[in-house]
Amino acid sequence: MSIRKSRDWFSPDYMAQKPGIEATYGLHPLDEYLRKDRIPHIWCPGCGLGVILNAYLRALKDSEIAPEDTAVVSGIGCSGRAAGYVDVDSFHVTHGRAIPFATGLKVGNRDLITTVFSGDGDLFAIGGNHFIHAARRNVDFNVICVNNFNYGMTGGQAGPTTPSEAKTSTTPWGGFEQPFNLPAVAAGAGAVYVARWTTYHVEQLIKSLTEALKKKGFCFIEVLSPCPTGYGRKVGLKTGKKTMQHYKENSEIKNGADPSEVALDPDDPETSIIVGKFVDREAPTFQDVRGKIFGEARKELEVE
Amino acid sequence: MSVMKEGTYFMDGNTACAEGAIAAGCSFFAGYPITPASEILERIAQRFPELHGSYLQMEDELASIAAILGASWAGRKAMTATSGPGFSLMMENYGLGLMTETPCVIVNVMRGGPSTGLPTKVAQGDVNQTRWGTHGDVGVVVYAPSSPQEMFDMTIQAFNTAEKYRLPVILLSDEMVAHMTEKVEIPSKEDMVIMDRKKPRVPPSEFMPYCPDEDLVPPMANAGEGYSVHVTGLTHDEQGHPSVDERTQNMLVTRLIDKIRKNADDILDYDEYKIEDADMIIVAYGSVYRSAVEAVDMARDKGYKVGLLRPKTIWPFPEDRIYDLARKGTDAFLVAEINFGQIVFEVERCTAGACRTYLAPKMGGSIHTPEEIFDRIVAIDKGEIPPFKE
Repeated sequence: MSIRKSRDWFSPDYMAQKPGIEATYGLHPLDEYLRKDRIPHIWCPGCGLGVILNAYLRALKDSEIAPEDTAVVSGIGCSGRAAGYVDVDSFHVTHGRAIPFATGLKVGNRDLITTVFSGDGDLFAIGGNHFIHAARRNVDFNVICVNNFNYGMTGGQAGPTTPSEAKTSTTPWGGFEQPFNLPAVAAGAGAVYVARWTTYHVEQLIKSLTEALKKKGFCFIEVLSPCPTGYGRKVGLKTGKKTMQHYKENSEIKNGADPSEVALDPDDPETSIIVGKFVDREAPTFQDVRGKIFGEARKELEVE
Repeated sequence: MSVMKEGTYFMDGNTACAEGAIAAGCSFFAGYPITPASEILERIAQRFPELHGSYLQMEDELASIAAILGASWAGRKAMTATSGPGFSLMMENYGLGLMTETPCVIVNVMRGGPSTGLPTKVAQGDVNQTRWGTHGDVGVVVYAPSSPQEMFDMTIQAFNTAEKYRLPVILLSDEMVAHMTEKVEIPSKEDMVIMDRKKPRVPPSEFMPYCPDEDLVPPMANAGEGYSVHVTGLTHDEQGHPSVDERTQNMLVTRLIDKIRKNADDILDYDEYKIEDADMIIVAYGSVYRSAVEAVDMARDKGYKVGLLRPKTIWPFPEDRIYDLARKGTDAFLVAEINFGQIVFEVERCTAGACRTYLAPKMGGSIHTPEEIFDRIVAIDKGEIPPFKE
């Protein structure tokens, strides 16, 4: 007996044979933002990336941002594949370099509403230096960091957010480094908007993303996300559901909390995961300041 | 206020490069300070307010090149400038630029290496890095200017080639040319040829972002123009979608290489000097070319039949021309370069054993004097030096 895999079930060929599916069920409300021919995605069962991408697209729709006015830039890794599924100008660039690429894109065309969608390893290990400088510069774009505590795509290696002493494929005896507290890094480097949610907090995440899309300046949203395949199975969170339950039971919303006091250890059920919007402040953006300085320069040079 | 007025100026190479970029329509620059290329960033910073251009001083060269790729997709003509240590860092996104066919210009003002080496002194040690520095199989275009005038002209040429063939083009200068001050003639706007990338000729629903025209170059839709283009460093099909399919990989990489190879006649550029009856031909590029011209005159005065071939594009390399010369009576090629032998391998390959190839290497942070090259010519003539062997 041949077993039909879900991948075959939804393959473009299958869809072509069944033109009735769309006619019967109509478009998904977010289909206008998706490259439908690229679905199904490559993400594992139980992965949180679908939830986060869905939240991002919902935020775009709620903000009434047309696909042609927005751009998504991703680095490398599972999260990096998000750029391939959104039907907007989308860039899947080198490992760690999504932020400087987005800097060029946004400064090159200030009308593009630009979002960097990438993972914790991409943004904070190989790309860590770019992150702090983009926050310092306050270039006007948003960074969504999908934090699954490990390098999922390459097989569950430890990364800059992996909890100390957690067992991963490169820390088989337990890790011995301290993880970043990402909201504190972002706030310390100058981000004007900093929030953390988990894939359990979908509505709050959509609200934060909507606020970030409207806000001028460098906005950072960390989203804790299950990775049952790469990380969870080694730390007792073997399914997406179990991880979601873990988020539900251990999260505590503390809007306005001091980012330096929200460090987390998701392996320790006694410790609460502090989520919320931590920073929302006003500061002149890179382009505001440059516009002012260049304007003064032009006056001095007596040119238009 | 924009491009410098037509006229004759006294200008250093780095300034001429920045002005050439402005003349070519460059409106985005991202860079990181490094000797001996910093003056390009400084000149741009001085000039861009009046031009309404955008420049960013980035946190490193990894970021600089990433930013110009992003800006290029935003529709800007973009440039960065660096030297060896920064150029090494750029190899990663140089590959991304080649893979995603992103037009831009990378200036490398070569200084002494390896590593930190001789920051303030000249060398030509990065020549093969421009060809083979990034991983994977690529076709590249590299210009080697020999004067401030050429820093101006070739920067424009580099932008034109980048736009026409959709790739990051390298202007491979060196410290001597960059810091030399000389006469630079700036032509009138009408006399300058400025090229722009091909744009899509079909509506977004029919647009295939990586489907090439006959010249093997696909038209380019910039971000924000409604084409919802997907751009990836992964192997991709004509739609731009990632693929691990053998045929797709073969088609893509073959085209990226053929794009340069099959258009080499259009891109290739070289000069020849007193070559018709020459028994020995000197090959020199960049600052060394200047000494080589004098060395040829000195040798001619003493009765040696010496000529000079000078690649203006290092890549593509004038391989057919060297092959022809080697087969039609040239006894020897002498490559003079400020390294321990890089282009000499190319010359030796192109002669295909039809004649001997010699090297005049140079270390220490200065260019060959004409006398040094001349002495080498005499020594080769007397049989005192063996042909090049690594």
